[in-house]
Amino acid sequence: MRIRYLAPIAILIGLAVLFVFGLGHDPREVPSPLIGKPSPDFTLRLLGSDEPYQRSQLLGRPVLVNFFASWCAGCKVEHPFLMELSRRGVEIVGIDYKDTDADARQWLGAHGNPYARVIVDVQGTAGLDWGVYGVPETFVLDAAGTIVYKQIGPMTEEAWITQIAPLMGAQR
Amino acid sequence: MTLRHVFAGLMLGLVMVFALPSMAQSKELEGADLDRYQGMINQLRCLVCQNQTIADSNAPLAQDLREQVRTQIQSGRSDAEIIEYVTARYGDFVLYRPPFKRSTWLLWVGPFALLLGALAIAVSLMRRGRQRREATAVDPDRLRKLLDEESR
Repeated sequence: MRIRYLAPIAILIGLAVLFVFGLGHDPREVPSPLIGKPSPDFTLRLLGSDEPYQRSQLLGRPVLVNFFASWCAGCKVEHPFLMELSRRGVEIVGIDYKDTDADARQWLGAHGNPYARVIVDVQGTAGLDWGVYGVPETFVLDAAGTIVYKQIGPMTEEAWITQIAPLMGAQR
Repeated sequence: MTLRHVFAGLMLGLVMVFALPSMAQSKELEGADLDRYQGMINQLRCLVCQNQTIADSNAPLAQDLREQVRTQIQSGRSDAEIIEYVTARYGDFVLYRPPFKRSTWLLWVGPFALLLGALAIAVSLMRRGRQRREATAVDPDRLRKLLDEESR
């Protein structure tokens, strides 16, 4: 008899747990199937030049690959922190996504350039291969070129400390 | 010709200019290929605006994916290969009809399990209600006896 009165309470608690889980879970963040896989191949060119840049040049050390664009609002949000990371000696390779060279150079001129290299993906083909669906997105590659982590949306100090720094430090 | 006519003409021209690219695109696929293309883009989710298919969405990413589907159909790739191409990049979430596997079984089975559970509860409640009604049916002899005892 007592169980009959406890059942609704148990159901309520169960739902509450689900709701709390749901609140902490952002449905816009789609987990990437590329985690743990080799980073996709590409051959693009560097910003403002014809010099090619390809996947093999990302190998040999852990590196951050940051998709950004001059038209992207979230990129402005994360930009000061990327500057800070570059001051700390973290190698960030920027991929300028669906942008023009002139706009990107103006943007980097105005806000500062945290990138060791800036590659341009004018058509967004590399973005498609990397599973990018909205800039900014940042991939963590290990020395073998495997994608070990993907940050969707602006890079934050919290993500850096809790997720990314251990991954990069452990392999350095 | 009044100014109004000129304006209307201009607007019509503008509309036609905007309509051009989409006309040119659909012209390149014909017959069965066009059907395949339509079927495919109606079952792929746009990741930017998640409750739309890439057929419905005008987000740049949806346009890119439509373009990919179109060129891959033109180059003779099968539906399975195209699905493989998209899920390798964006995961099963991009499919409006995800495959049945370990990470998705609850998604597929869940609603039916809930329905069965609800039916089981409903049936047991109905059965219990009927038993109670039968139990409370009045036996006149017994009632009289009880009342007699009471009044004594």
